[in-house]
Parts: sequence; structure tokens; C-alpha cells
Amino acid sequence: MGITFRKETFRDDFTFKNSPEHIRRFPFPFHEDSYMYAVNIEPHVVGPKGSVLENLIDVDEHYVAEMQDRALVLAEDPLRCQSLPHMTLAGWDLLELLMEQQALGYPEHFTLTRDGDRWRWINRPLGIDDTFTFGDTSTLPYGPMEYITRQSQGDFCILDQRDGNLWMDAGMVTTQADWSLDFDIGMNFFEWHAPVPLAHEKGIFVRALKFLTNIQQGKPARRLNWTMTINPRLDTSPENYHKWGPDRTTVTPENVGDKVHLRVELQSFWRLPRSNGIVFPIRCYLIKMDELVTQPKWARRLHRVLRDLPEELATYKGLTRYRPTLVEWLSKLDDGSATSPGFGPD
Amino acid sequence: MAAKTIISRPIYGTLSPQPGKHHLFLADAEGALAIVDMAKTAPLGFFDGAEIVFIPGPDGKHVAVLEALKPAQFHVAPSFASLLPRLKQTLANAHMGLRLYLAGTEGLIGQAMQVALEAGIDHTSMQTEHRGSLARRMQCVHCKGITENVTTQPATCSHCGLLLLVRDHYSRRLAAFQGVCINAEDRSEIPPMEEAFP
Repeated sequence: MGITFRKETFRDDFTFKNSPEHIRRFPFPFHEDSYMYAVNIEPHVVGPKGSVLENLIDVDEHYVAEMQDRALVLAEDPLRCQSLPHMTLAGWDLLELLMEQQALGYPEHFTLTRDGDRWRWINRPLGIDDTFTFGDTSTLPYGPMEYITRQSQGDFCILDQRDGNLWMDAGMVTTQADWSLDFDIGMNFFEWHAPVPLAHEKGIFVRALKFLTNIQQGKPARRLNWTMTINPRLDTSPENYHKWGPDRTTVTPENVGDKVHLRVELQSFWRLPRSNGIVFPIRCYLIKMDELVTQPKWARRLHRVLRDLPEELATYKGLTRYRPTLVEWLSKLDDGSATSPGFGPD
Repeated sequence: MAAKTIISRPIYGTLSPQPGKHHLFLADAEGALAIVDMAKTAPLGFFDGAEIVFIPGPDGKHVAVLEALKPAQFHVAPSFASLLPRLKQTLANAHMGLRLYLAGTEGLIGQAMQVALEAGIDHTSMQTEHRGSLARRMQCVHCKGITENVTTQPATCSHCGLLLLVRDHYSRRLAAFQGVCINAEDRSEIPPMEEAFP
């Protein structure tokens, strides 16, 4: 049967919505009633049918609209996609990974056929049917990383591994939660995470780097991260902060349910076979409060998490201005009863 | 130096004579004095294989003390931009084992390091010493324009005019600190401007 792709926007009139099935599969990021940083990394293995983990590279009803939004961002600012000269091979690694995974998970939408280095890629939702020579950049309309990430949901960072560190040396970043690829490209793991509060002191990044540099081929890992976004806007880049920042002043008790979105990143980490790089897809899921609170457990838990969030984290995540309004709105949906363990809805 | 700092913020050391035959020094303004101080501990004949390139500050001082070190080559440049072609050629023709010493303002150290990185020199192998002004070179994350010699917090982007928070987050590739609009959410909030990097 396949996915019915929604026609929707992530800007201007903001028509983005989740269908009821997509609300149920939303990757709610809190397994308990409070939140603090942890090295919450686990093996990226296939999860239950109907969940976002049913396939290791998830394609959902927002696919076509997200790819259209990415094209708009890139037309305006091509620097959202950059690859340092030594990263082309890693780009081919990524192209292979994403074509294989998308064709495997969604054969009705994507087909990859290979005859030696001669590859044919059919992407039906986007109307693409290209034949090219694997490893020969001149046979594709873009570099390999840009070509395939214009056809894959989520941001992608490709990290080069050398000197016992990981270096942010290539990426396609158009749906970021407020960090700039153009500024951070070429930085090592500690440098690009430098602005994150609290986590350095807790030794989080030292342990995370140790884990990541040891990731083996065929054994990807994952973690969830989260923030909040006003309006279902994918492009919350620092480049455009002066354009989307004013949205944060528009939250009122009347429009909380429609305007405020929980933004969850499913981050996964994969060793690339030829380049020995690591690719780090950052898949963004949005859900508006009206949709989220259709699951009473999530409403109660989100209320408690946001109410008790340390001020420093709230500031870093940019929640300060509207947190009181949001917590007050959510409190009416929290009767104080216990929540069941685990992420999923009841 | 700011009391609280972050990992991407560069940390500078004290110049010390490195083993090797070829030494390239780049300094501006009071950076000259870092070279003079280092010279006190340098082995005899050290400057016979050294080139010193110096950009004097507005006061024009410190040219004579550098000349007195009798480096093999001595060059006074009016600005970093004017020096760039010469520096690129020197690095392109350099032998393996060239030692690089950078001293003076953060803007000079950062821009010289940027050119050296492009020439394939690892940043950890460069000797650096900060002297003089704390003024910052800042990239506006919005319009990408570079504003030189930023001394205030917040600072106005000299290109797009937005009022920017000058972060400690630093890019060696751009040789710049990041400036992010400080009142993006509500432009009517104008925080006071303070002299933060004199």
C-alpha cells in the first residue's frame, strides 16, 4: 500500500500536521517524569512495527514536503550543505547507505539496482529515475552527499575520524535546532559542542566520543534529543534567527496547543565502510501540543518535565519566554496520577 | 581573558624557541614584545634562520627592537591584507619543519593561523602568544559579514546593522568569533553596550 504523503508547509501558512497514526508513533523522548542530560546511547536496532524504528532509516508521511522545504532553504543559502575536499568518498558511503536502507524499508517507493559500478536509483515520490556510475561524481547532478540528502529526511553530518577525535567535515543541515554548519564545519567533537551548558562538566562528551570512535560497521547506535519550536518550522537556523525568533513572543494561553511544538531528534551514528568516517543523521520529528495531549500520559509527563527543568537548560533550549504559559496550559491536563514507565503512550 | 570560557575558545601560550632551522614569526603591535622576551631564552644563532614579519600598531612602535634581533629576513607590513600574498608564497615554498610563531592580537593570530591551516600546517604545532588588545574578529551568523576589532558587548554588525551577542564560540576556519542577534525575539529590547574587549 505505501505511505500517503501529505501536502503541507513548514513556513508561511504552516499547514504541517500529523495524522492520528503518526501521533501514536511519535518518538516521545521522556521515559520518566524528569529530564537531565545523560549518555543515552543505545544500539540502533529495528523496533516494533508501526514505530519510527520499524526501519533504521525512517521515511514518513512528511517526506515529500520536507524535501521541498529543504530545496527552498538551499536555494536561499547553499552554505547549508558543505563538504570539505577530503570527504567525497564518505559522501559515496552515505549515498550507498541511504539508497540501500530506503529501498529495503520502502520497496514500493524506492528501487536500487546495481550492475557493478553502474547503479540505477528510482525515487517514485520525488519522480527521480537516475542511472550513474558509483564513485564518479561527474555522473550525478550534485556531489554524492548533496544528491542523496536532497532525497532523505533529516540533517546529516559526516564526521572524519583522526587523532582520536571526530571532525565535522561535511554536512547537509537545513532543519537544525539553532546551530550553524557553516560556522562549525572543520571543528572537532569538543569544539562544536562547546556552547552546550552543563554537559562538559559532567564528562558527557568525553564518554560520548569514546563510544562514537569505537562504533563498528554494521552496528549503528542512536540517541534522542529534544527541544521546542514555535510553529512547525524546520529551518530554525541561527542564520535566520532574526526571522523566526519573534515567533517566541506570540505564544498565548489561547494558541499554545496549535503553536507550540515538541521537536525531537532521533540521532543515529553509523560507521562508513570505505572512508572510516561516521555519519550522524539527525532526524527531526515535530508534534504540536494539541496533538501530543491526545495521549494523556504524554500530557502529564511533559507537564512535569517542563515544570522542573533546570533554568540553565530552559535558557539553552530557548524556552524561557513561553515556558510559564506552556506549563500553566499543560498543568490543567495533569491530574497528578502516576505515569507508566517507558516512552510509549498508554 | 574572560573568567568563564568554552572549549572552542582559543587558548594561547607563551612563545618558546622550537628545535629546527627555519622559523617564521608573525606579530602585530605589542606582539613584538613576545618575540623579544622569547629571544632571551633562544640559543645562539637562532635568528640566523628566522624571518620576522611585523605589522606595527597605530603608535608605530617596536620596529627597532625586532630589527635588533638581526633575523635573516625582516619585513614590516602596513596591514594583514597587504601581507597576505607574501605570507601565502612563503608558506607554499616552505620546507618541511618550518616553525611558525604568532604573537599579538587575536585577530592577527587567528588570520595567520587560518592561512597556515590552508597551507597544511596543523594548528597544534603553531606557537602562539596573545599580547595587546582583546578586540575580537567577529562573523555575523546572519549576513556572514566580518567585523574587525570588536570591543563591545553587544556589538553592531558593520554590514547588516543587527545588534549581535559576541559569543566565545570560535571558528579557526573563519578566524572569527560568532555574533548572533541579541534581540532577535523582540527588537525593541536594547541591552546596554559595554566595553568588554578593550
